[in-house]
Amino acid sequence: MSAALEVGQVVAEQDFTLTRDSLVRYAGASGDFNAIHYRDDVAEAVGLPGVLAHGMLTMGTAVQPVVSWLESDRAPQPGGWVSDYQVRFTRPVVVDPERGAVLTVVARVGQVDPEAGTARIDLTVTFEGATVLGKAQVRVAWA
Amino acid sequence: MPVNPELQGRTFPPVSPYLVGREKVREFARATSSSSRLAIDPEAARAAGYADVVAPPTFAIVVQEATLQQLLAAPDAGIDFSRVVHGDQRFSYTRPIVAGDELTATLTVSGVKSLGGHSMVTAESVMVDSAGEHVVTTVSTLVVRGDE
Repeated sequence: MSAALEVGQVVAEQDFTLTRDSLVRYAGASGDFNAIHYRDDVAEAVGLPGVLAHGMLTMGTAVQPVVSWLESDRAPQPGGWVSDYQVRFTRPVVVDPERGAVLTVVARVGQVDPEAGTARIDLTVTFEGATVLGKAQVRVAWA
Repeated sequence: MPVNPELQGRTFPPVSPYLVGREKVREFARATSSSSRLAIDPEAARAAGYADVVAPPTFAIVVQEATLQQLLAAPDAGIDFSRVVHGDQRFSYTRPIVAGDELTATLTVSGVKSLGGHSMVTAESVMVDSAGEHVVTTVSTLVVRGDE
């Protein structure tokens, strides 16, 4: 692997707008049809502040800037892939029916192991100024 | 009713094999705002050395779903789904999932803990391909909220 990666370096940064349409689409794609992700009345009945994005939709979206980076000519070399990805769900993402919800993703190099051909990319994922995913770590491998 | 502590260590029977379809991969990629060419274009995927389109890193959740249903449906589990919150999630791959893979998933409950009236259940689904080779292990921690 090229020595170009440095700890702390931002490799990708991107905003995503999740709308109610996004939630319905993700429900279909994932098979998670929990009604708290598309019905205000159900969300309210179980004491939630509103319709929430699936945690897995947030997790699945947040890693995409890393995937795009790996396939781009900004990557240290071709062939990189995500070998491990973990998050903790720390705060719900409430999706307004009209405005949606904007997720901001910043991906920084957390650790590099040039001999093994791996790196750890740490994600900071925020919504309305607060972090929604804890310990969001993406392990990338070039072998 | 609290979560049954005897679930810890239990392994459920493998669920029936899941055949990963190209259009399902594309659908999942679109739903997670992917701009990966490898997830959409089989030619690009082949040029990169894969047999077919490459599934996004969280795609294994689709396959995991059936194994979690086994756990939630276990009559002695004591898990009230309406009180379940997803605590954390991990995917550990040996190789990426590609269209055409036939994955067989087996769930093991690796931990049951009580914490201030809540229960935390950690479940691991190990997925192997049709040759029996490991592809991915997914680990979910579910938080079951206690009575308030």
